[in-house]
Parts: sequence; C-alpha cells; structure tokens
Amino acid sequence: MEKVIITVVGKDTVGIIARVCTYLADNHINILDISQTIVDGYFNMMMVVDIAGVDKKFDDIANEIDSVGQDIGVIIRAQKEEIFDMMHRV
Amino acid sequence: MLNIYEVNETNNMIEKDNLDVRTITLGLSLLDCMDSDIDKVCDKIYDRITTKAARLVETGEEISREFGIPIVNKRISVTPIGIVGSAAAKSTDDFVKIAKAMDRARSEVGVNFIGGYSALVSKGMTTADELLIRSIPDALSQTDLVCSSVNLGSTRTGINMDAVRLMGEVILDTARKTKDQDCLGCAKLVVFCNAPDDNPFMAGAFHGVTESDAIINVGVSGPGVVKYALSKVRGEDFETLCETIKKTAFKVTRVGQLVAREASRMLDVPFGIVDLSLAPTPAIGDSVADILCEIGLEKAGAPGTTAALALLNDQVKKGGVMASSYVGGLSGAFIPVSEDQGMIDAVEAGALTIEKLEAMTCVCSVGLDMIAIPGDTKATTISGIIADEMAIGMVNQKTTAVRIIPVIGKGVGDRVEFGGLLGYAPIMPVNQFSCDDFINRKGRIPAPIHSFKN
Repeated sequence: MEKVIITVVGKDTVGIIARVCTYLADNHINILDISQTIVDGYFNMMMVVDIAGVDKKFDDIANEIDSVGQDIGVIIRAQKEEIFDMMHRV
Repeated sequence: MLNIYEVNETNNMIEKDNLDVRTITLGLSLLDCMDSDIDKVCDKIYDRITTKAARLVETGEEISREFGIPIVNKRISVTPIGIVGSAAAKSTDDFVKIAKAMDRARSEVGVNFIGGYSALVSKGMTTADELLIRSIPDALSQTDLVCSSVNLGSTRTGINMDAVRLMGEVILDTARKTKDQDCLGCAKLVVFCNAPDDNPFMAGAFHGVTESDAIINVGVSGPGVVKYALSKVRGEDFETLCETIKKTAFKVTRVGQLVAREASRMLDVPFGIVDLSLAPTPAIGDSVADILCEIGLEKAGAPGTTAALALLNDQVKKGGVMASSYVGGLSGAFIPVSEDQGMIDAVEAGALTIEKLEAMTCVCSVGLDMIAIPGDTKATTISGIIADEMAIGMVNQKTTAVRIIPVIGKGVGDRVEFGGLLGYAPIMPVNQFSCDDFINRKGRIPAPIHSFKN
C-alpha cells in the first residue's frame, strides 16, 4: 500500500467531490478514507488514497490533480502520507 | 488514521508559518583528492563533486514535491581545503585555484553554496593553513558561492591568538576586495570556536576529518511555526510556554528526519545528522526575534532577552532530540541580524547592540552572526570582538562563531543590502576603545582548567 493524502481547500461549490472522485476512479486510485468539513466558510476535504499499482508516477498524479483543482477553482494538493505520520505520530 | 485537523495543521505550518527544510547538505570527503600537483588536485576535486553530487538538487526537488514541503537549499560541504591542498599549494594563488575549481563544480551541479574552504587552526597553523587563510580575500572575491570558515579555538586547545589576529586583517581585506558587492565576501566567511564536524548550515559547513566518504546532513527551520504556536498561549505560565516550544520543535524536527531519511535512501549516501536549528530568514514572520517578542519582550535586546533566548534554545533542543536519532551540527536558535527582520527592527529601534548580542551568544546555538559594522573599524578591533566570542565558546564548551561585515565606505546610520536569504543590515556601532596591545601579543590562550578531564 502506498498512501497519499489529498487535500482540497477552497470556496464551496457544486461537484467538487464528484470531480475529484472521477479523476481518481479514471486512474484506478482507490479511496481509503474521506473526511470533509467547512472551516471559516471554506470547503475542506481530506482523502486518504492508495496509489500502489497505479501506473502513473506520483509527480504526474500530483500535477494532474492540481489542474483538476484549477478547473473548479479550488486548491488540491497530493502529498505522501509519511510527512503527516512523522509529525503527528510518535 | 490521520484526521483532517492534523493534516491541516501541517499544511498551515508550511503555507502560513514558513515551515521548510532549510538545507540538505551533502558532506564529501576530499582526503583522497590530495596530490603534489595543484592542477591534479583541482581536477580530482571537480570530478569528485560533479560525480557524487550530480543528483543532489534533483533529489531534493523530488522529495519536496512528494511531501509538499519546501526544501530551500541544496548544498555541499567538503573536507577543509587547508588539509586537502596542503601537499600541493605552495602559494595563496594555488589555494585560490582550488576555490575556483570548487566553484566550477558547484555551478555544474547547481547547488547554491559549497562550504569547506576552511582551516582548523585551534592550536596552531601549518604552513598550508596559513596560506589558505591569507588566500581567503582573493578566493572569496574571485568565486561566487564558495564559503569559508576557520576554527580558531576549542575548549580542549585554548584559543590560537595568532590566528585571531590574522583573521581580523583577513576579514577587513575580504571586505575591501568585495566592496563593489557591499562587502559580500565577509558574509561567506565565518570563524569558530569548537566548530562541529557535521554542521549543514553555511557559511560554516565543512566535512570534518572524522566523517566518512559521504554523508547527508539536514538542517530544519521553523521560527514562524514556533511563534504561531506561542501566540496561542499568551499570558500562560512558563511550563505551558516550554511545553509549547518543545512540542513544536518535535514536529518540525520530525519533518527534517523524514527528509534526511528519504534523501539518504534516494542518493544511497548514509544519513548523518539532523540539525534542529531555528534559522530565520528575512521573510516576515520567519524571525527568531519575533519569538522573543511573543515570549514577552517589547523588542529583542530588552532586559530579559538573554533569559528568554536561553529558555527557547533549551526547549528547542529538548523537543528536537526525541524527534531524531541523530541530532548534531549547531542545533538551537540562530540570531543573525541581517537575516531576521525582527532583529533588524530591534537594531534600528536602538534596542539591540553588539554587546547585548554577545551576551545572547552565551545561551544560543552559535554567535555574532551577519552583523554589519563601520568600514573604518580597525583590524585589531575585529580581532578583539572575535577573541571575546571565542572565549565564550571555549569556557562554556559550546560552539561560538563570528560572521561580521565591515562595510567599506559606510558608517553608523547607513544600511547595507546583501539580497536574498542574506537580507540587509543597519551598520552597528562598535566600541571605539583600543585593544591593540592585547591583540598584538603573540601565541595562544591556554585551554581552560575544566578541559582537563582525562
């Protein structure tokens, strides 16, 4: 398993989750967990996904999902899980 | 499983509070580049650096993208050139040739500084060491991004006052030779007492002779993150204050440990240490002085500053040591003036003087750093400032350093611009009384009594 954290931050609008999930499904990326909340009026979503077995390089996925974000006017970021694990788990 | 608040906390640290990894520094041994022919030495050094560090920048950028954390600098440190060049260099010009070879190799691999144009002379100078020191003004004025350091003393050996006297002249000469660039040469030159072998930060990085062929050392940063965390506990007691700094330092250092591990794996070079320093930059909010203000001072330099800095430095270390198995380098809080907007403001407001900074260096991780002084300051006065700082390091068994810039043609009230991470600095007044007769004595100051531990 190769876990990647995808975060989406921006102004709430119709279809954000749908667009992100469509991209992930098209690329055979499995979603392990989703949580979503509104912070200070902004849409905030975090997804834990597994990119093991996906042909594309991490860099390509990160760039493509960033462009999906630009299309809908939100910031989408993909980061490997270790940075969060290292910081928040002893 | 991670939750959204933890993920947001990390990303806010990166985006809003300037959390970054300040440097991945590849330490390279050049001991086997020694030769009696100077051109061969230069060729071997160039080949070693361009081969071993070929993928350093690319790897740093890849790690940065994977974790979404900026890695600001990729750098190289090498074995002190005073040793590497000793068999071949017969003149200062020979040493300058080596500096140029280092700079060419640096440019080829794309790193933004190479350190190790250094001499370790804490007890005495070899002929080669002295030649290297005398070549520093030319080397730094004829290369772009080579950094130089000289270790002038240690708790074990005492202080080499002949070298201290010489460095006063060398610093002034370096300033004169780079006066067209606002005396930038002096920003690339630092003198130490108790210099560590594994410091990843410039200008003082060199690859110690106790190190292996190659090593990855990582320097973390994060003053903005500490300041933000402290802004949430205003008015709370000291225990809460200390706990907050410790927890934040832990989180910041963990990121450094992760980056160091990944870089080591990807480059197939052993991991050395994480240096858990709070290293400020001129960016707003990335300031150690601002942390001191957040702790409760009106300006850095106010009464209480030394105590606040001592507390900060200690808690950073306590939080950081648990986050990484190998902590080293300088590790603590840096207090450069020109690289820290809060320090600059404090100097301009009249709150912070060189004397107060000297007191602060007793309890922080390094020393008098990036301080601009009038260009007409005497060489002996610079040596006197250095000697004071070396004595603090020697007696307190800690690393101290001096990176001071006499700005030719400028005086108190003027400003000097270095640009980029080096920032800008107001020229600070220097005590005008003479120490000529003290500095002009020959020889060295003996090691202190507490060095005899055998």
